[in-house]
Amino acid sequence: MGESKSEAKIARSISRRDVLRNIAVGAAAGSLLQMIPAKAAELAHEMIQKEKAASPAGKYAPKFFPAHQYQTLLLLCDAILPKDEVSGGAVEAGAPEFIDLLTSENEEYQSILGGGLMWLDNFCTDRYEHPFLSCALEQQKEVLDLIAYRKNADNDATLSQGIAFFAKLRSMTCDGFYTSKIGTEDLKYIGNTALATFPGCPALPE
Amino acid sequence: MTQVIRSPKMYDVCVIGSGAGGGMAAKVLTEGGLTVALLEAGDPVNPDKDYKMFLWPYDLAHRGVGVGGRAAENFGEFLAPNGAWKIDGEPYTSAPGANFQWFRSRIVGGRTNHWGRIALRYSPIDFRSRTRDGIGEDWPIRYEDVAPYYDKVESYIGVFGSKENLSSAPDGVFLPPPKPRCTELVVKKACDRLNIPCIPARLAILTKPLNGRPSCHYCGQCDRGCGTASNFSSSQVLIPPALQTGKLTLIPHAMAREIRVGADGKASGVSYIDKTTLTEKRISARAVVLAASACESARLLLNSKSRLFPDGLANSSGQVGRNLTDSVGSDGEGYFPQMEKMPPHNHDGTGGMHLYIPWWKYARQNDFPRGYHIELGGGREMPGAGMFDDLCGEFEGYGASLKATCRKRYGTTITFSGRGEMVPNPDTLCEIDPEVVDQFGIPVLRFQFKWSEYELRQAKDMQETFRAIVEAVGGRYLTRTQTDGPYPFGIQPGGKIIHEVGTARMGADPKTSVVNGYCQSHDVKNVFVADGGPLVTNPDKNPTLTIMALSWRASEYLLDEAKKGNL
Repeated sequence: MGESKSEAKIARSISRRDVLRNIAVGAAAGSLLQMIPAKAAELAHEMIQKEKAASPAGKYAPKFFPAHQYQTLLLLCDAILPKDEVSGGAVEAGAPEFIDLLTSENEEYQSILGGGLMWLDNFCTDRYEHPFLSCALEQQKEVLDLIAYRKNADNDATLSQGIAFFAKLRSMTCDGFYTSKIGTEDLKYIGNTALATFPGCPALPE
Repeated sequence: MTQVIRSPKMYDVCVIGSGAGGGMAAKVLTEGGLTVALLEAGDPVNPDKDYKMFLWPYDLAHRGVGVGGRAAENFGEFLAPNGAWKIDGEPYTSAPGANFQWFRSRIVGGRTNHWGRIALRYSPIDFRSRTRDGIGEDWPIRYEDVAPYYDKVESYIGVFGSKENLSSAPDGVFLPPPKPRCTELVVKKACDRLNIPCIPARLAILTKPLNGRPSCHYCGQCDRGCGTASNFSSSQVLIPPALQTGKLTLIPHAMAREIRVGADGKASGVSYIDKTTLTEKRISARAVVLAASACESARLLLNSKSRLFPDGLANSSGQVGRNLTDSVGSDGEGYFPQMEKMPPHNHDGTGGMHLYIPWWKYARQNDFPRGYHIELGGGREMPGAGMFDDLCGEFEGYGASLKATCRKRYGTTITFSGRGEMVPNPDTLCEIDPEVVDQFGIPVLRFQFKWSEYELRQAKDMQETFRAIVEAVGGRYLTRTQTDGPYPFGIQPGGKIIHEVGTARMGADPKTSVVNGYCQSHDVKNVFVADGGPLVTNPDKNPTLTIMALSWRASEYLLDEAKKGNL
């Protein structure tokens, strides 16, 4: 965007309210101020990021999941949406924080996800004598390959609770990932900004 | 409640509710020189603080779904404030099997803060449906009576659209429409092949500056409330000019409880609960305009029982609360593989669709009466929670393949929302629950609701049309609906479309209607209903524009009557 130093300084000295006010003025007054709406959304976001950075919490402290379960959650989230050549993984995108926060406030999630993580450890202990976190990598993969496919319940009904748990976690991990900055950029979404005119459709494919 | 606090002031009019109808009444009446007390059950709204324009999901800890994920069912955390299906301490009940859903916004401006801004005129035939097909009732007024007020409302609030000369969707006073989005051009191509019209939508959003309000900046977030008032809301477009007259007293946190009646049989004012102190207060007024929303106004009339009016005020016909309808709603979505090839681009536009499908089969014999329109959505919208729910619902596996699939599928889905006319039936109404009161001690509403064969067949037709459109351009229709159960063909529960109207029906005959053609009570001449209550039919036109046109017309009539000393 090539924001100059003086503009950054202005951004620090005005509030989000001023920014929104300026959009109205800019759009009504014509060309000279048209650049202000184009900057406004960006400035508003920047201010929120600063407010966030100013809060003392550096590292996220889980509100619901005990440390052991939270570590398991981190592993599962990154397995569901891992880092690839385009973007970072679900953990980097903050999906586990999002999931923990919602779960701390919702009894239904507590039973599906909290209970589901317990189920996973029980399943692994029965099978490998270790909870999921302590299993070897190939054992972890073996378990995920069992509970990530609904059809596996057809052959082994004892998997059905694990499959239901994983389906919920997959969906919530997607929510956490695609509501993050990383996920938004991964999809190449363009917008949430102020335009003087709407350009319409670039060119429709056949 | 130890003591009733009476305001010493006598107002000309007490308006109850500050949404589309009440805001319009307050504006027209104060500009006409009358003093108005405007009661609003909710909080004041502060657009700078309360509207979440330009925020990203990651700017909020809950990413848009709210505490415990529960805001998702109320259209998410970004929605303009204080609208919900359930309000703590203010319940409503449903008769067994009715499952009626009632969305209320306790805030100045009411539901106009977040509404879809779809501003469609009723057509001439919508006022004379019974004459045409023998079902329901005709209106006591005609399109020609309302048309000048449609002109006034559109000119004042700003509506974009295009001249089309379609008899089912009359043209109005339009600002230029925005250019179509890619998804809409794909649908239009399909519609062209099927001989279905697909035309610019008609939304109350400014594409040019109007009356001091700047033009839209195309962030696509109208439902969050607009920081620049470039779309219409009562709170930003109707209340401010009313306040400017110096004749409006806006009273928030005021839950109207009863309309009081004098010995002469006329309304003398309104009792309300001040929510901040839980005390009863009274407003004295020479006339009362109910605009609390169709069902809330019916509740207020039914709760206003007195020796003179034992069945509730303005209810000698017994019709208050009856003839309730919502729009028929059934939704679907299709996957369009050609959209995968679209380069990333800004798809936001105005909040809501740029093209829509008006009712087109009006000249044919259908197996249901009346009609529906189709609203379009989808495409490269701002990513949000729930965007990949459907994909996750059928995806097998995890990892790189899931990420690649989401990336490929993003922006390739187009949604279709059929919105059609429900015909009033005797099993659908609201009434006072004999046992339940809200936290203010006010008896609450109980709903009865039933879809008839008419509406079910209409929903079936919607589903068939959606599929035909999707498949006409090589898409895959994704929606599966049941043919039986309580909600066949994807028909939504009653109330879900938030177009509930008809509970104080207008008519020429006081025995079968509540108000006359000027929204004035037959029984109590200084009581008017200026929300969705008086609407006789609920055609496939979202009711807000008509509510405002009728409110403007009723308010001018009220001004005239006041001048003549008839109130």
